Amino acid sequence: MTAVQTATDTILEVNDLKTYIFTRAATVKAVDGISFNLRKGETLGIVGESGCGKTMTALSLLRLVPKPAGRIVEGEIVLNGEDILQKSEDEMRDVRGRQISMILQDPQTSLNPVFTIGNQLREALGIAHRENKSSMLSRAVDALRKVNVAAPERRLDDYPHQMSGGMKQRVVGAIAMSCEPGVIIADEPTTALDVTIQLQYLRLLKEIQAETGLAIIFITHDFGVVARMCDRVAVMYAGRIIEQGDVRDIFSRPAHPYTQALINSVPKLEQSVDRLYSIDGQPPLLSNLPEGCRFAPRCPYVSDQCYEAYPQSYTLNEGHYADCWALDADWQGTPIEEFVPPTGTAG
Amino acid sequence: MAVATNNDALLEVRNLKKYFPVTKGLILMKTIGYVQAVDGISFSIKQGETVGLVGESGCGKTTTSKLLLRLENPTEGDILLEGRDINTFRGAELQDYRTTVQAVFQDPWSSLSPRMRVRDIVSEPLVVNRNVTTQEKNERVAEVLQQVGLHAQQATNYPHEFSGGQRQRIAVASALVSYPKLIVLDEPVSALDVSIRAQVMNLLKDLQEQYNVSYLLIAHNLATVRYMAHETAVMYLGQIVEYAETEELYNNALHPYTRALFSAALPSHPDLIREDIVLQGEVPSPINPPSGCRFHPRCPFAMPQCSEEAPVEKEVSPGHRVSCHLY
Amino acid sequence: MAAVTTTPEVAAPSTPQRENRLVSGLRVARELPVIPLLVLILLLAIPAIFANQLAPHSQRIGVLDDAKLPPFWISESFEERMVVQRADRNRLDVEIGLSNAQRKVERGEATILVGGEDGEVNPGDTLRFQARKGGSMEYPLGTDKQGRDILSRIMHGARISLMVSSLAILLGGGLGTLLGMLAAYRGGKTDSIIMRIVDIKLAFPSILLALVLVAAIGAGFTTVIVVIAVLLWARYARVVRGEALAIKQQDFIDRARVSGASNARIMMRHIFPNLVNTVVVLATLEVGHVIILESTLSFLGAGIPAPTPAWGVMVADGRDLITTAWWIFLFPCLAIVLTVLSMNLLGDWLRDKLDPKLRNI
Repeated sequence: MTAVQTATDTILEVNDLKTYIFTRAATVKAVDGISFNLRKGETLGIVGESGCGKTMTALSLLRLVPKPAGRIVEGEIVLNGEDILQKSEDEMRDVRGRQISMILQDPQTSLNPVFTIGNQLREALGIAHRENKSSMLSRAVDALRKVNVAAPERRLDDYPHQMSGGMKQRVVGAIAMSCEPGVIIADEPTTALDVTIQLQYLRLLKEIQAETGLAIIFITHDFGVVARMCDRVAVMYAGRIIEQGDVRDIFSRPAHPYTQALINSVPKLEQSVDRLYSIDGQPPLLSNLPEGCRFAPRCPYVSDQCYEAYPQSYTLNEGHYADCWALDADWQGTPIEEFVPPTGTAG
Repeated sequence: MAVATNNDALLEVRNLKKYFPVTKGLILMKTIGYVQAVDGISFSIKQGETVGLVGESGCGKTTTSKLLLRLENPTEGDILLEGRDINTFRGAELQDYRTTVQAVFQDPWSSLSPRMRVRDIVSEPLVVNRNVTTQEKNERVAEVLQQVGLHAQQATNYPHEFSGGQRQRIAVASALVSYPKLIVLDEPVSALDVSIRAQVMNLLKDLQEQYNVSYLLIAHNLATVRYMAHETAVMYLGQIVEYAETEELYNNALHPYTRALFSAALPSHPDLIREDIVLQGEVPSPINPPSGCRFHPRCPFAMPQCSEEAPVEKEVSPGHRVSCHLY
Repeated sequence: MAAVTTTPEVAAPSTPQRENRLVSGLRVARELPVIPLLVLILLLAIPAIFANQLAPHSQRIGVLDDAKLPPFWISESFEERMVVQRADRNRLDVEIGLSNAQRKVERGEATILVGGEDGEVNPGDTLRFQARKGGSMEYPLGTDKQGRDILSRIMHGARISLMVSSLAILLGGGLGTLLGMLAAYRGGKTDSIIMRIVDIKLAFPSILLALVLVAAIGAGFTTVIVVIAVLLWARYARVVRGEALAIKQQDFIDRARVSGASNARIMMRHIFPNLVNTVVVLATLEVGHVIILESTLSFLGAGIPAPTPAWGVMVADGRDLITTAWWIFLFPCLAIVLTVLSMNLLGDWLRDKLDPKLRNI
């Protein structure tokens, strides 16, 4: 479980990305100026609650923002050295699947129920390889074998309804990886799965990553998945990344009050607590964001300054940033309490 | 499977079974088999305490909750509320049971009728079962709404005006309005956002103290159960494989399946990843469950006798019961 | 870092909801389908309610002298050519009978245009004669062959159409909704039996079934309503059942059962209010269907009995005269087309607003 240290070359770089959805009533700032980068063989977790813009971030990276309401209004998405926002729709078709691909949350709906698994796999494979039937068949079998599907030759003729949820999600994974993309975005891929199946799937992803040097963006609401899977974490709140850093930094020394609250409000398996820490209120609507820091109305350390302007980004550690005024040297309000990590962390 | 009768138990479940027939044919329906959703489970819930039922989907935990709520009738076995079998209840007794046992369901979007005002939703258990005046009703609704952290004025709103967490609070208010003795919580927080879950869990714990109400907590998340439950039962394919006080179970899990569940549970820190058992394969179909111990095809410790003989439940220490040939 | 522009104030929690209600109310109003609504109000609602006050003439009694007057914009009197028929049948209007033609020529009302070299009128001759007076604002849309004002009849016809469609839909829709709900809620045998009856009903050609029913109970206003209701209920039952099945799966139904609600209460208090959208949308979409059915029945003589100006009856009256007095046929036709079209547009809009799940109906 060590982060991939050797591969430091950046495969994906996102700079000040803004994706808005324009509705009749309001402008929904689903993604409002986020920046991050992703190195080869690395897993970046994007964590946030529903409606924080994490799925819209994923769709933006594939340029699949729902049209015509949604639009990427600003920013850069540099994938393999090229800004994909400058590409035409035709060029994008070559990028999707081959350079960047996606695994969706619900395996029930991401496969077409009227075609066999083999059919759907071959179609996906056909994008990268145009070959005769028998070699396509063996490629499909290989793809299924890679995701640990038992007896792949027989599974090819199955329809999605004949498979369990875990199996289907593996097939979805096989399809996403069929053209050997450098980056895979996994949008809550295990939320619909049972815990023991989830563990199988997460381990599988890790194995494939170790083999192929795939970079994974793991979108989730669950810090447990992050702890299990990711090398680095970006925490999103109301359309912004409020904190990002190395996974151990974030878990041991979360700086932003929101990150602290999220980590603290999850009950622990390893220790019993009398009372969970909880923050009041709920996230703001992306169509009606407060001025200043978006977490301010729920923040226990809030001061006037927080309502005036969105906080600067402060560097806490190499690669560990957080947007919070309380991290400023001149901070006048209540200092953020020191975070007490869950017991047993020492090892 | 003999279970000593618990005198201080509010609710006692004895050898409960529920088989659903699997039928074939459009007009002349022929039974071709049974889904053994719940197959001989026993446990009891004490007044003011919480029993957690943990397991993966299809393990029978939701069927168990439906049997307790009398939304389904058991194939076999008894459910005793304060010593009386609830399946013999008719008429006034049944009405009384309905006010005594309430439920909070998983999905706060589907559990509140979009066409009813909050006041009517919350007061439903009162209106149906008791002759209360409108004023008494409204006062009680205002009171419970405040207790769950909402404003009394919000009683006239419709559910769509609330967020998921608030809606779950409304569901809790409705479950509490008739002063029940037992509330079945079917995955009460799993549909909510992370930062809202803690709010609702804390609320449920506070209300338990305030009302001295018992909970049956159905959940798949072990950490949630650890936080909420006094006693925990682990279910696999319709059977309880391990049952113990929560602290005991979490410190000393014995059954291989329980241990596998702990292994699979997500850690709260990257350094806490521990995988002592990783299960292969998936849960078999409950129509034709494996012979002997139902867990043996996936069990890393399976022995020859496991496929032949179903293990008998053993009490390994006071209150800690396991069904496994290893013990 | 770009400045974040937001709406300036976050109001207290209770006010925005009121405000939102108002705002969303206004938005709905802005999106209303104006033209269909206008057509319906002008063509259906106002005439139906105020027919007695607004109609310039009687709906049943005409002035024979004013028969077949064209609409107002055909202002000049004009000549007509007609071929003389062999025998004297009572078909004066289409082609002229021999003795009739003879009489007209003798009176100097007509001249022989082709043939008639012997001064006699013979079958096959073509006559030319002063046929009609021009139209006037007295009868804006002209008159029929009995001299009845078409506008007045269309107005009264609107009332018939509205009454027939609303009563039939109330009856058929009510029955269908009830049975559909029952089938979904009870399930099992009840469901099987009800749905098989629905299947059988839907397998029957509806016009045939209607004609048989009318023959059995005899034509009349009530009959038409009953017959249409019988034709309608099955579709309702099927759609409502599907919808109710989905609602039944929702947790709030289980919650109601846990709270001890009786079956009747669950159906009426918990399931039905959630079906209302579906039922309303379906009803709007069915109005057009019902008006056409009623017109068809009337056209076939199995609907509203003759002197009552149902639109279908008027179309049937005019069909013989399509070539000569097209207005008798055209205006009731237009009324039907416009009403049905508007109703369907309104129904589509309502469906999108209230119940997008019904797209496939």
